[in-house]
Amino acid sequence: MYVAVKGGEAAIDNAHRLLADRRRGDRDVPALGLDQIVEQLALAVDRVMAEGSLYDRELAALAIRQARGDMIEAIFLVRAYRTTLPRFGYARPADTGAMLIERRVSATYKDLPGGQLLGPTFDYTHRLLDPELAGDAPVAAPATRDADTEAMPRVSQILARDGLIEGDGALPDDREPGDITREPPEFPMERDLRLQALARGDEGFLLALAYSTQRGYARSHPFVGEIRIGELDIELEVPELPFPVPLGRIQVTECQMVNQFQGSAKAPPQFTRGYGLVFGQSERKAMAMALCDRALRAGEFGEDVTAPAQDEEFVIAHSDNVQATGFVEHLKLPHYVDFQAELDLVRRLRAEAEARMNAAVEAPGKAAE
Amino acid sequence: MSDSVAETLPQAPSYNFAYLDEQTKRMIRRAILKGIAIPGYQVPFASREMPMPYGWGTGGVQVTASVIGPDDVLKVIDQGADDTTNAVSIRAFFQKVARVAVTTETARATIIQTRHRIPEHPLAEGQVLVYQVPIPEPLRFLEPRETETRKMHALEEYGLMHVKLYEDIARHGHIATTYAYPVKVEGRYVMDPSPTPKFDNPKMHRSPALQLFGAGREKRIYAIPPYCDVVSLDFEDHPFKVQEFDKPCALCGAENVYLDEVILDDRGGHMFVCSDTDFCEKRRAAGHVGEMAQAAE
Repeated sequence: MYVAVKGGEAAIDNAHRLLADRRRGDRDVPALGLDQIVEQLALAVDRVMAEGSLYDRELAALAIRQARGDMIEAIFLVRAYRTTLPRFGYARPADTGAMLIERRVSATYKDLPGGQLLGPTFDYTHRLLDPELAGDAPVAAPATRDADTEAMPRVSQILARDGLIEGDGALPDDREPGDITREPPEFPMERDLRLQALARGDEGFLLALAYSTQRGYARSHPFVGEIRIGELDIELEVPELPFPVPLGRIQVTECQMVNQFQGSAKAPPQFTRGYGLVFGQSERKAMAMALCDRALRAGEFGEDVTAPAQDEEFVIAHSDNVQATGFVEHLKLPHYVDFQAELDLVRRLRAEAEARMNAAVEAPGKAAE
Repeated sequence: MSDSVAETLPQAPSYNFAYLDEQTKRMIRRAILKGIAIPGYQVPFASREMPMPYGWGTGGVQVTASVIGPDDVLKVIDQGADDTTNAVSIRAFFQKVARVAVTTETARATIIQTRHRIPEHPLAEGQVLVYQVPIPEPLRFLEPRETETRKMHALEEYGLMHVKLYEDIARHGHIATTYAYPVKVEGRYVMDPSPTPKFDNPKMHRSPALQLFGAGREKRIYAIPPYCDVVSLDFEDHPFKVQEFDKPCALCGAENVYLDEVILDDRGGHMFVCSDTDFCEKRRAAGHVGEMAQAAE
């Protein structure tokens, strides 16, 4: 008669076994190696590293494989691992001006010191499916040249020389950069924390918000001052040692957006900026981040906050896809206790409404009084 | 039901007792202590990413992980039941990472982690009830901004909530909040009791057990120390009332307990049974028989 939903334990075990089976798929097809994912799905790996906030290609590849290619699930796996790692300290600020550049483009200048360098980009490819790629046709080695010795100053530095753009800004002396993974966020937020949140924010969400600023919701007249992709040395200050200890090199994408100028009675007009920095190669994310950063600085410049992209609580509180996916998907957990409570109330209200209607039918004159 | 100890599960190699590292536990314990010191006040804490998704009990799990010791006996329920999938999963997690004894018996547990229910069996001194909380802010659906709601709490500005309850009465003739029904703790903070049915609200009032609330995604912890006043908001002419069921539990015949509706067929047949599975099983073991169980015999 009554069959209670028992055996959750066995059901979970069986579901996980089935998942493992589906993940592996047809056993006659060779299993994906992590090196294959790292080498051939590199941008997927980069996204998992960026939004997982953990720079480790192999772990990201493992996460992608374990998640069957579900990016947010992979990001979640990396985050859950990252949170267990002990903190030894915080790296020294890295100078992106000293980056080993693989790609660097500016939309604000035709040419500039260091030149424009296209690098490995999808830009200007025709998006035609390439049947050759279905196989394993040999690929020609890339053209190379000797590394440039010429300095590649950031466009923001070039503009700043003439005072045409606001400075880099600096933290007040008494303020250490925060860490959103170690402190609960408090609104309103300082920009350092906001940038951290944006850097791990969902690419799709930030992209949509950035897009909205281009369509009139907090228009900021952006120009891509510069996008650069390359490698940075990361160093750690160890109190016992008189020199910084190099930890290794990471690839990052940086975007400096040059925006609408501001001026006041005291200060002559100058351009403002939005900033994006992301692990690995992800221009879309870095650009979206820079647009969102600028939009979120509305208060700083005394601009009216009218659009979603300018609303710090709205943007930051909803940008994390691990949080978002967890809470949206928790709706599939049982809610029957609460539903019962609602059901009970709706039945009661309906019964009362029906009783009123019946009374009106039986004694129409009285009901009208 | 018998207790089972996780002797067969291998200890996860590289994780600390109860998963969290000691620094994190210390940080969370501080938040808990602050919460206990200011009953009903939401304490921000640096919630960690847990190996289960946000919204699935990460706050409760972090609180439990921070207060649990090797000698504790843990019970985990979801919707009042020990055998719902997420309760099974969280219990298995603590068996794996803390190797603690687990139980389904309310009276035997030292820590009970719950989602959406308070057990029917009265809690005792020394027990800790850990609630999983999705949205800790009782004012959130009236005011979406954290900056505003914190101000409202600071100023004890709860008029908006009363207006909402009043509008319910004006529109429906009843307060239309049936779960997550707001309470006032110790006459000061309006608090969200988590999405438990309002049926359970009176159980919070002057409970001898320590009640801890963890919201992982929202990064808040709050607490009700033992014997605190917890009063459901209402009006003099519309006093707070809990749900009443027309029939007793169809399996154990219990009255004045919260019941789940179980659909029996596609012709409108249904029965009502205890949502607290342990309570129901105990009663049946003691010889109580409900209507449906009688029919089955």
